[in-house]
Amino acid sequence: MNAPLRRVGIVVMVLFGLLFANLNWIQAYKADEYRTSDYNGRVQVADYKRKRGNIEAGGTAVATSKETTGKLKFQRSYPGGAKYAHVLGYKPVNLADTGIEQVENDFLAGTSDQLIGDRFKDMFTGDETGGGNVLLTLSKRAQDVAYDQMRNNQVDAKRGAAIAIDPRTGAVQALVSMPSFDPNPLVSHNTTEAAAEINKLEQNPDGPLKNRALSETLPPGSTFKIVVAAAALENGVTKTTPIPAGSSYTPPTSGTPIRNAVASICPEPQVTLLEAVTESCNTGFAQLGVRLGADKVKEKARQFGFEQEDLTVGQLGEGGLRTAASRTGDMLNPDGSPDPAALAQSSIGQNNVRMTPLQGAMIAGSIANGGSQMRPYLVRQLLAPDRTTSYYTAKPRELRQPVSGQTASDLRDMMVSVVQKGTGQKAAISGYTVGGKTGTAQSAPDRPDHGWFIGFALDKNGNPVSAVCVVLEQAGSGGSAEAARIGGQIMRAAIADPGGR
Amino acid sequence: MTVAATPAPSPATTGGESGVRLARSRRNAELSLLLLAMVLVAAYMATVEANLLDTVTPDFWMPAAALGAVFLGLHLVIRFLAPFADPALLPAVALLNGLGVGFLRRIDLGEAAPVDREDLATFAGIGGRQLAWTLAAVILAAGLLAIMRDHRSVSRYAYTLGLAGIVLVMLPAVLPRSISEINGAKLWIRVGGFSLQPGEFAKLALLVFFAYYLVRKREVLSLASRRFLGIDFPRGRDLGPVVVVWLISLLVLVFEKDLGTSLLYFGMFVVTLYIATERVSWLLIGLLLFFGGAYLAYVLGSTVGGPFANFYLRAEIWLDPFADPTDKGYQLVQGLLALGTGGLFGAGPGGGQPDILPEVQNDFIFAGIGEEIGLFGLSALLVVYLLIVERGLRAALAVRDSFGKLLAGGLAFTLGLQVFVIVGGISKLIPLTGQTTPFLSAGGSSLMANWLLIAVLLRVSDGARRPVTGSSGKASRPSGGPPEQLHGAPTEVIKP
Repeated sequence: MNAPLRRVGIVVMVLFGLLFANLNWIQAYKADEYRTSDYNGRVQVADYKRKRGNIEAGGTAVATSKETTGKLKFQRSYPGGAKYAHVLGYKPVNLADTGIEQVENDFLAGTSDQLIGDRFKDMFTGDETGGGNVLLTLSKRAQDVAYDQMRNNQVDAKRGAAIAIDPRTGAVQALVSMPSFDPNPLVSHNTTEAAAEINKLEQNPDGPLKNRALSETLPPGSTFKIVVAAAALENGVTKTTPIPAGSSYTPPTSGTPIRNAVASICPEPQVTLLEAVTESCNTGFAQLGVRLGADKVKEKARQFGFEQEDLTVGQLGEGGLRTAASRTGDMLNPDGSPDPAALAQSSIGQNNVRMTPLQGAMIAGSIANGGSQMRPYLVRQLLAPDRTTSYYTAKPRELRQPVSGQTASDLRDMMVSVVQKGTGQKAAISGYTVGGKTGTAQSAPDRPDHGWFIGFALDKNGNPVSAVCVVLEQAGSGGSAEAARIGGQIMRAAIADPGGR
Repeated sequence: MTVAATPAPSPATTGGESGVRLARSRRNAELSLLLLAMVLVAAYMATVEANLLDTVTPDFWMPAAALGAVFLGLHLVIRFLAPFADPALLPAVALLNGLGVGFLRRIDLGEAAPVDREDLATFAGIGGRQLAWTLAAVILAAGLLAIMRDHRSVSRYAYTLGLAGIVLVMLPAVLPRSISEINGAKLWIRVGGFSLQPGEFAKLALLVFFAYYLVRKREVLSLASRRFLGIDFPRGRDLGPVVVVWLISLLVLVFEKDLGTSLLYFGMFVVTLYIATERVSWLLIGLLLFFGGAYLAYVLGSTVGGPFANFYLRAEIWLDPFADPTDKGYQLVQGLLALGTGGLFGAGPGGGQPDILPEVQNDFIFAGIGEEIGLFGLSALLVVYLLIVERGLRAALAVRDSFGKLLAGGLAFTLGLQVFVIVGGISKLIPLTGQTTPFLSAGGSSLMANWLLIAVLLRVSDGARRPVTGSSGKASRPSGGPPEQLHGAPTEVIKP
């Protein structure tokens, strides 16, 4: 009986050899794959061992971490609540992170390669130093005003967005999307509660999680006339050139007449371009667009930033919050031939034209800035955990030159006229030169119109200090005037507190 | 595999014996190894506290000391009642048992609120309960050593034990679900807050019966056979008990939804049969029946469902646990992730997060420990298990009677197979079946049954290593006269 016993011994050795080989496979070969698996909750607990860095706006921490007694050692907290939600995003335990929390995650978490020196130090001191700090460009005061004014708008719009940028640098001064949400419950360490909260937000028909300022497009209405006016100025039309207008205009092949908002607007057969902008004359711009042709209108829109798919707002280099591309849409018949009716509608910002509020602010900003459009950004500085070393400082960059200096100057005059004696008078700021353009865009036949305002403010020396775009969705009549008023308020706050650059 | 330690002159050698084999009891080697094991356990517990509490409490050594005391007691019992027993068995088991208690206590510490951690009492939580169970199990093992002065004496009760074994296996299957089912497996008897897994003890009882039956039948089984397809098949009447046991293990699978236990009993039976008859054909038949049965269960599970659905589900999870990583495959996936996270060196005792793993205190304890001690630590644990199994087989090789050979060989192999089934299961080598990890998993039944198994191995190894001739007669013979001579079982002499 000893021979089989010995063989049994060998069998046991083989079985244990198999176990050993399999453990090697799992713990050595597959270890990295398993360690970093999405299903591995340990990674998250490890994430929370290190104090996550702050996100700051105007010297105040708007995202911060507090030590807890739980299994996850630090709890993320957003003292500003809903006010900064769409900029900061959130960093939940078990859900996907968003916003600046997501795009600057490595630096905030302290795992970025840039912070390797600090981590190396930890090896000797035994401490876990926190992650780095992200300083935003936001002006605290402009953000406050934007959030409060949007929430308490006087036309009872439930949805909308406002964004202000510094035209000279592209630094975002304020960014609000309405309705907003409180990110604090989403970062609860109770993952079931957090998941329930996010489900509630996702199912909310008003879409509070959407960043309407950057990633949602709407028909821009009359604000698009600035683009058409720019195309006209570069094709032989001047501010004082008379253009055809009238109370009604029917494009060559379509039976639907285009009318003005009210009968008192440009009933005369001809108005100057300046008057057409000031009064927001639909018939004038519809005919102007048809005369210029679809190619010129679309090309000018593209030069202002329409159709750009890859623009991000964060650091000036790579990464950042993603934006939606603004579109002019096709102005063609199904058979491919030019469709003047569609072109006429598009020229007053209807038909298939869609724009983000960011795009609106960039158009106003580039006109205020002498025709130079700066790349928008939100992150102005990355600071080491101990705040001594700066790992990144934003250096403003020109994105493109949509119009020449002369054209920009002409457009500026026309937009200033809008605020001084036209539809945008509520945006005026005493002591500053304010220009702008209102827009009323039809959303759907049975729904109230969207109210738009794009505008800028220049100081006494003619230097641009702020450019803004405000949208109030389905605001109805008076929506664009209210958007202009809010735009003016935001710019006034941005002048008082320009925020970080 | 002999253990290097200071050899102690045994009573046998002092008698001036000049035999070819120097019979040495090596009890002092056992003591030193035991102390070393306890130092390792205490060091493990201190590291756990350092990692989890950022400090080591003044009382960290309490569980280790309690374990040390009871193991030392068993060592003394062995010194007097089984002086020639294998000296590596007790320290190896003590190390595993101690680490198990330490890890379970570590889970308690992890689950306690940080403010309460420093005040966790020695006998609190599952770690404390395991410590108490260990004390009971070791006393039981010492009791068995005291009662069973010669391993051959148990053969007297072979049929009784065999019947008892079958009853124990079947009991949970016939009892109502309310007192026998935990997590979908009917393996338990629950009375009040107290639960017992009778199958753990049935393992031992059945093996005694197998060994006895096979020793009696070994000649007829190995000689009276018909040759068919080049394989020697035994006669039907001799095959009867094999089929009965095969059916029992199938019944266990069907009614108790426990593939692991059925695999364990079946493997145990086939291997003892092979050892007894020395016929490879038995292994082939056994493997064929097992794989045939498993495949049939898989096919039936996918088509008919019913009692086989559970097995089918387990097989599916095994084939691709990541197909449903958050529900059905969750446990296996988390086990793999724990092992992978541990990597080569592990997160350190107390440095991982075993509480993420469902059933980490039972089935998945090896994965939970693996996260913290890494591949190197787990390899060491496997070597300790292998050491116990091979020491058991060594006792079987050396013991002079067939019954002892079968008993020790079968027990040692069963222990090894159980480790293979559960560790292979949690590491996705084979389909996962619910089994305890011997000496590590929380649970009194498993711990007591495995300590009894070790007591039997100690007894057989004592018999094996005891000098054949000379003055050892007075050492410790049972007083009840020579044990019953087994019918038809020639006593073998060790072959080189």
